[in-house]
Amino acid sequence: MSKILIQNGRVIDPANNIDQSLPVYIAAGKIVSVGQKPADFTADITLDAQNKIVCPGFVDLSVRLREPGHSRKGSIHSETRAAAAAGVTSLCLPPDTRPIIDTPSVVEYIRDKAEQAGYPNVFPFAALTKQLKGQELSNMHALKRMGCIAVSNAMCAPQNLLILRHAMEYAVSHDLPLALHPDEPSLSRGGCLHEGAIASQYGLPGIPAAAETIAVTQTLELAILTGCRVHFSQISGQGAVKKIQQAQHEGLPVTADVAIHQLHLTDTDLTPFDSRYHVLPPFRGQLDKTALREGLINNTLTAICSDHQPHDLDAKLGALPETEPGISALETLLPLTLQLVAENSLSLSQAISRLTDKPAAIFSLNKGTLSPGMDADICIFDPNKNWQVNKDTWHSAGINTPYWEQTLQGKVSHTLQSGKIIYQDNV
Amino acid sequence: MNSTLQLNAHGKLKHFLSIEGLSKALLTEILDNAESFAGISGQSVKKVPLLRGKTIVNLFFENSTRTRTTFDLAASRLSADILNINIATSSTSKGESLLDTIRNLEAMHVDLFVVRHAISGAAHFIAQHSAPHISVINAGDGQHAHPTQAMLDMLTIRQYKKDFSHLKVAIIGDIRHSRVARSQIQALNTLGVQEVRVIAPKTLLPAQVESLNVTALHNMEQGLEDIDVIIMLRLQKERMTAALLPSESEFFKCYGLTQKKLACANPDAIVMHPGPINRGVEIDSSVADGPQSVILRQVTNGVAVRMAIMSMVLQQSTESAA
Repeated sequence: MSKILIQNGRVIDPANNIDQSLPVYIAAGKIVSVGQKPADFTADITLDAQNKIVCPGFVDLSVRLREPGHSRKGSIHSETRAAAAAGVTSLCLPPDTRPIIDTPSVVEYIRDKAEQAGYPNVFPFAALTKQLKGQELSNMHALKRMGCIAVSNAMCAPQNLLILRHAMEYAVSHDLPLALHPDEPSLSRGGCLHEGAIASQYGLPGIPAAAETIAVTQTLELAILTGCRVHFSQISGQGAVKKIQQAQHEGLPVTADVAIHQLHLTDTDLTPFDSRYHVLPPFRGQLDKTALREGLINNTLTAICSDHQPHDLDAKLGALPETEPGISALETLLPLTLQLVAENSLSLSQAISRLTDKPAAIFSLNKGTLSPGMDADICIFDPNKNWQVNKDTWHSAGINTPYWEQTLQGKVSHTLQSGKIIYQDNV
Repeated sequence: MNSTLQLNAHGKLKHFLSIEGLSKALLTEILDNAESFAGISGQSVKKVPLLRGKTIVNLFFENSTRTRTTFDLAASRLSADILNINIATSSTSKGESLLDTIRNLEAMHVDLFVVRHAISGAAHFIAQHSAPHISVINAGDGQHAHPTQAMLDMLTIRQYKKDFSHLKVAIIGDIRHSRVARSQIQALNTLGVQEVRVIAPKTLLPAQVESLNVTALHNMEQGLEDIDVIIMLRLQKERMTAALLPSESEFFKCYGLTQKKLACANPDAIVMHPGPINRGVEIDSSVADGPQSVILRQVTNGVAVRMAIMSMVLQQSTESAA
């Protein structure tokens, strides 16, 4: 395996409090040293990172690869390529594939496909319940042995609190954290937009923020009761942020992430009936967006994810309520995170931390830092490069993004996974 | 967004999808045109050759007899050819099949789609995806808009009240699920009425209803004070089973328009209803058939308003082609 030297770049490694211009030395797929040249190191490949940032590869807590089961929308091959182009070197896969990730053979299939695609760092979440029906427990032990790092309900709420309680108790017994998408379905069913002025104006069925807050509140009580470690996936409202913050202050080991687009868009940004803005949870109000950003600053929400959900054209072809929710979001993750920095919500180092060591820590992944001995998963990006989102620059099979044909700032130039260059910007 | 989609490069009405974004001048132009067509309907020969050679497709994805009939009548009085297509559809129907339907009809060189659909935004979607020469009129989409109904209501109000600027208008009933109410509220505010009140229990009001530029009240007697125009909405039976209301009788007691409640409004207040009426649920028969009711005038105006809008959207295309 090649020895690689990355030189002239500004290294930002939040976990090690590094933010300075340093060389990075890589050998045998691992970080050998940051700064000091190891003895007898002769680089086979030298990457010049002048005017660029060198940081750990991003750890994305929610990426739909659409395989198995939704080949019209994307494949492990296409979406891991998009991940590589986005600087994402580790990704978590929610269990709502077809078949659902509730049997070890599905995990095996995904791992094999990921290996074949040259992108082994796919970390599947196991279904919390069989078929995600919210009724019977999945084979958590077997799924964990096959490599699942958590259990998750994907977008399907457990049928009642008793089943959720039992699932949490069983997950504790196998030392599996729960990644929960909080939603009270009786309040959200049929909705496609944040319940508020915009939904009222356009006569679109709304989802009240309370659907999320109530689910968070109930789950927090069950976390106390069962001792299960809970991670809330893709929080959208100020109520949920507040409840999670309170619980953290009381010492409960709960964590949460937020999808990058929720930090930028609100329901008022919506172009009427434009299906590209159809996302769940829905874009909420300005106060929610502010609360989410504050939650990131004060560490209530520790990770930013893409919540990548690529779709085929037909899935988005229709008036908003009859289309499928979700945004193809991997490749806008970095520029939109940098926009948070430009808008003074976070420092650059804080922002990178929420894409790297913080998400890795939530699921105890040995990722997200440039410490010597770690896998050489690295992202090199040009924070000032402008690029247009279009078919020439895009890698995901899904082009369903509200940012299509917009010009964004910040582009990945190289992505390394275990010392292998898996993406190189050709422009 | 709506107005840019609805108007052509010369600011003429190309599609009629929603009241939102249309100017007071344009709404007034529609009313003036409708007024002149209302004269034709009273003549013994009720036909003008304005749209001869044009083909209009009534594309109804949701059942409707009354609205479709008035569009039919309006089209035939303008001498257009009419094609009626009823597509029983489920709410899960896909965009592809909708688009395929549109493409097929386009291939037959039609000029105008009149669309009714159960999904909010369907008419917008069709307008965005139709060939450039085709116009779209929204005949009701989900809970979003029913702009031709709103305009016939505005015409009726203008005929009885002349000037909008001093009017206080109350809309009563199921505002939350009503595309008619949304369009009426936008039209009334655009035409500059003094106040729009909505009166209903909270279960039948949309979230943040004040953002629609209305005053919301739960008590009908209070709400009808000083009111010049009373618009009753039809109550669907589903509202009881969805736990939005306890019973028809309780709704009638609180929000049904009776002679007694009518007396709370101004003495010359007019009573309107988009139909079909649930007698004894939202309105008492003696009021519906009483001297203050203008419900049948609304029906008559429905034809004139649809003639006006059809001729406007189809003639803009002739003008811009010339």
